[in-house]
Amino acid sequence: MTNKYSESLDSKFKETTNLGLEVVKEASEDRLMKLSVGPQHPGSGHFRFTIKVDGDYIVYCDPDPGYVHRGEEKMCEYRNYIQNIPHLERPVIHDSTNITYSYSLAVEELLGIEVPRRGQFIRAIASELNRQVYTLYWLAIYGIFLGHSTMFMWPTGDRELFIDLLAALTGARVTHAFNIPGGVRNDIPEGFKEKCLEYIKYFEKRLKEYEDIFYNNPLFRQRTENVGILPKQDAIDLGVTGSVLRASGIPHDVRKVEPYDVYNEIDFKVQYMKTCDSFARAYVPFLDMRESCNITRQLLEKMPESGEVRVKLQSNPKGRIGEAYKRVESGRGALSYYIVSDGSSKPYRVKISVGSFRNILALPHLLVGSRLGDMPSIYWALNYWPVEADR
Amino acid sequence: MTDINNDINQTTSNLNIVEPDLKIEHSLYSQLSSEFKDKVRLVYTKPNRIKISVEPEHIIEVAFFLKNQLGLDHAESVGGTDYPDENVIEVIYHLNSYSREELAPIILALSTKTDRNSSYLPSLLPVFKSVEYHERETYEMLGVYFQGHPRNERFLLPEDWADIPPLKKEFRIKGR
Amino acid sequence: MLMIKDLINPANFNLLVSQVSDVLVGALDQPLGYAINWGRIWSLWPVHLETACCSVEFGATSSPRYDCERFGIIEAFGSLRQCDLIVVQGTVTRKMAPRLRMVYDQMADPKYVIAMGACSITGGLYIDSYNVLPGIDGIIPVDVYVPGCPPRPETLIQGCMLLQEKIKRSKIK
Repeated sequence: MTNKYSESLDSKFKETTNLGLEVVKEASEDRLMKLSVGPQHPGSGHFRFTIKVDGDYIVYCDPDPGYVHRGEEKMCEYRNYIQNIPHLERPVIHDSTNITYSYSLAVEELLGIEVPRRGQFIRAIASELNRQVYTLYWLAIYGIFLGHSTMFMWPTGDRELFIDLLAALTGARVTHAFNIPGGVRNDIPEGFKEKCLEYIKYFEKRLKEYEDIFYNNPLFRQRTENVGILPKQDAIDLGVTGSVLRASGIPHDVRKVEPYDVYNEIDFKVQYMKTCDSFARAYVPFLDMRESCNITRQLLEKMPESGEVRVKLQSNPKGRIGEAYKRVESGRGALSYYIVSDGSSKPYRVKISVGSFRNILALPHLLVGSRLGDMPSIYWALNYWPVEADR
Repeated sequence: MTDINNDINQTTSNLNIVEPDLKIEHSLYSQLSSEFKDKVRLVYTKPNRIKISVEPEHIIEVAFFLKNQLGLDHAESVGGTDYPDENVIEVIYHLNSYSREELAPIILALSTKTDRNSSYLPSLLPVFKSVEYHERETYEMLGVYFQGHPRNERFLLPEDWADIPPLKKEFRIKGR
Repeated sequence: MLMIKDLINPANFNLLVSQVSDVLVGALDQPLGYAINWGRIWSLWPVHLETACCSVEFGATSSPRYDCERFGIIEAFGSLRQCDLIVVQGTVTRKMAPRLRMVYDQMADPKYVIAMGACSITGGLYIDSYNVLPGIDGIIPVDVYVPGCPPRPETLIQGCMLLQEKIKRSKIK
């Protein structure tokens, strides 16, 4: 256990012994206390990590996920390609369009079909709206983590607007099962475009207020700025993704680097920051929300007025022998599916690689050496959703 | 059934299929093959995807080459597939690059195979830090022991898990 | 007196009499018990234990639109020694089950349990998964079942109101 803090203690002991006093030095292990955080704690539950603290400093951290491990990958092998959709969206029910998006893309590659153009646009619109729903929920929990209860109430209230839009589009509040291999389940309802534009206009006004009350709040800035620095090279080595990666100064967004469906026709910027701290990790999703409003508006403008929204499939489609690896940008970063097909109607193997599982590798890296009081702001800024990481 | 198939054929025939440009993928493989000759075997190239297969004893040197010379600096996902008929478990590392912009859309799948009954593979943790939890997960889900990995132990499954690894094909879930 | 006379009409007479008699019977039968139960109803503190994805809708229940605080259910709380309600939010896996029981055992009496979502009632969508318990009845006693996958916030509020009704009618120990 050699960190800066214990080294400074050692030098202090040396000073006192020089005075001629007899000082009994305790062993370094005696100073350590082991704490178990979770699975029941005031923030977001279903995740536990053990830490060891030396005074106020965290010197050891060991994540222990798996409290919501439901065996999705094994269940996939027993259901056919269409039946798999409802249970695959459960890991992130507030980002369910994105988690079924890459699954649909991978299955489409195996089935060898192409989604009609209007279907691609509707998919992208639903995906952008769902990104807002996810990020607002994440922001609300971040507010409650830091004791800022206004920041719980505002985002959860505004989130309902987007939930209303998605409910009008798909018929369910959070579990949409909207993306299916071959397109989307149904066309957009009447008056959706006007309603959507109106909500986005209102929401952009609200975003300014969020910035004033939360991001420019001196208390919030003190708790997050220069806390939990993840340098650029470390972010690359640890393979983090999404907002955590972009906060470390790497403009990597799957929508930009490998555009899927209609994203190559949309003009948008990848939002990133170079300060690498918790504030940047909290601010990048906010910038993403603003950019997402812009993307939704463009998608609504460019969408063809009429046309098919899905390809007709056989009742029990069979995939070609082979494998597919597809990824999309979800609220938490790259979300990819690796599907192996043996020619039958059920996948032979499905591997889900999620952003949360990749980002949690940075948690011990960031917590070791930081203070105990900084734990909430570091942990939740990693954009981590435990249910998704466990699958 | 027949008219549905016709529909599918029509929609696919309407597409203007452009021959994909696989320049980067082929250049990646040609660099690999000039370095390692027949140790590296190409499985397929698709747009933005390339899969190579190596023997377990060469995987570390190939991985070092991929990281240091080609700039594929992190693993997006590590997964294993169980093939009881061939008596092998295939472990795949999906590698991607953040530092080289032109390689960002490319996913290189580095696959290797191990025996099903005594599954041992060298760990790629010395090369890629990002595979740490992925390899732990593969260990408990498929029983592949990664030599050199400091913690081949439980991660997602309960502490008292006493059954065979769940993603092996002989593990049947209840009622199925 | 004039006001009460105005309020009573043949249409609501039976309802009013039954409510008044409820109050009177309760108050006269066990005056102290009635008062204690009445107090418990309006200060249900749920434990902040999230077991799975239903926690998203649990969060939405205390959002401004649904605002469950107006029914006397206060927002989820960190310290379980001060809590008397546990809302099991979804799937309980084999790893979570001992922890759930541990949390339940540490709570002070009286304590109530709401099973939220299909997974915590029967296992739901994950009935055939190798790591999921088919319902939480085997671990802790359940007072109210709230079905749905996930339940809408209105359904959860209704479940809480049913629990309040149950507390009102229960005997105190």
